Amino acid sequence: MLHKRNPQLNAHGELIHLLSIEGLPRDVVTHILDTAGTFLSVNDREVKKVPLLRGKSVFNLFFENSTRTRTTFEIAAKRLSADVINLDIAKSSASKGESLLDTIANLSAMHADMFVVRHSESGAPYLIAQHCAPHVHVVNAGDGRHAHPTQGLLDMYTIRHFKKDFTQLSVAIVGDIVHSRVARSDIHALTTLGVPDIRAVGPKTLVPGDLKGMGVRVCHDMAEGIRGADVVIMLRLQNERMSGAMLPSAGEFFKNYGLTDDKLALAKPDAIVMHPGPINRGVEIDSAVADGAHSVILPQVTFGIAVRMAVMSIIAGNEA
Amino acid sequence: MSTLTLDAEALYTELRQGVQALWRPGMALMGIWSGGAWLAERLAADLPQLGRPGVISSTLHRDDFGSRGMAGATDATKIPYAVDGTHILLLDDVLYTGRTTRAVLNELFDFGRPASVTLAVLVDRGGRELPIQPAFAAAKVSLPAAQKLALARGEDGRFTFSIQG
Repeated sequence: MLHKRNPQLNAHGELIHLLSIEGLPRDVVTHILDTAGTFLSVNDREVKKVPLLRGKSVFNLFFENSTRTRTTFEIAAKRLSADVINLDIAKSSASKGESLLDTIANLSAMHADMFVVRHSESGAPYLIAQHCAPHVHVVNAGDGRHAHPTQGLLDMYTIRHFKKDFTQLSVAIVGDIVHSRVARSDIHALTTLGVPDIRAVGPKTLVPGDLKGMGVRVCHDMAEGIRGADVVIMLRLQNERMSGAMLPSAGEFFKNYGLTDDKLALAKPDAIVMHPGPINRGVEIDSAVADGAHSVILPQVTFGIAVRMAVMSIIAGNEA
Repeated sequence: MSTLTLDAEALYTELRQGVQALWRPGMALMGIWSGGAWLAERLAADLPQLGRPGVISSTLHRDDFGSRGMAGATDATKIPYAVDGTHILLLDDVLYTGRTTRAVLNELFDFGRPASVTLAVLVDRGGRELPIQPAFAAAKVSLPAAQKLALARGEDGRFTFSIQG
């Protein structure tokens, strides 16, 4: 039987699309992080722009709203000198009944070189990658509950920046894990990079049962979950994804799983606190922690631009 | 196999003399990653009056990005002095088509407007595809296009040339 090739990689094992961290070899992930380091220093220059994507058109296709992620992709593409076209698809073609693949065919006819795709359906970026022209590259900017690979990579960049080595770390991911594509991408990335202790912390209703198979320890007790952790990744309580009575109340959630200074004291003294944003103060994280000495939430945002520059420049330089 | 042999250490001695002749007060050294950066580092060690050298990479401005991609050097440019208004003495191991020099000049200008840029190289192998000429070359050689000439640095810091292809 033929082994099905990872659709993100070409025959030489080089990255041509970024769809998920799952299945990416460690050296590909490390290469992205190393390249991001190069781009971080571009911000210190007089001219904060490099010409790698000059003459290329990057289309931001956001079938689901996200001002922040779209903006960071836009900044990243512009720092690489690409032309950026933002399409608020949710309000245009899709609402007129055009199919996803017809939309892609139309945009390809406008000579797109790269699609940055966010979609509420898991797998939509894969479908686009399979049907676009060979010279077109696709970046998944979040699909359903499935994956948010650039967030996962920027989280890894942040951890490496502050902790240097992955192979001795304890990482706790806390909160609404069942709805979180960030959590899934983080878990795949942490596993790929050799983190020995990954914990998923949250109430039974918000932590999926299949995590144990991914090498993750599930903790329903917050104290147990963050004790001795080097890294605490807080997730946003996704009210807009909440259906049914999964939680008694936001106040109850904060009492049990909200990160306060008292709870953080259980982690290592030099632990870092991360959050993909936007944060809900007083719901999953206390203001004192979000603004405190352990918080690296704002550096995450800065690193996110460099990581997205790295991803876009690497895939654009590789041929299908 | 090529019969050409290049004594990199002897050429380095000539380059050092050439750099001393080109040197003017207020100049700053800049080595092109990687071979040129080794030369700049050794020159700065041998001649402390040259000051701390900068390292500059062509990666972000290469004209073959479309075919070569981001593979290879991801080392960032590191410049320990202000570029604006400075006379830069740029060093490279091998000057060939001039495309690396062009990319490096673009990279340099991203950091400011240098007062001037002077190029000194260990070996000029001809074959220029752009109007770029060095102010000093320790040797001029002619090699078939298929052959690759590269500087190597041993653990003891000594230079050798390798010719491949």
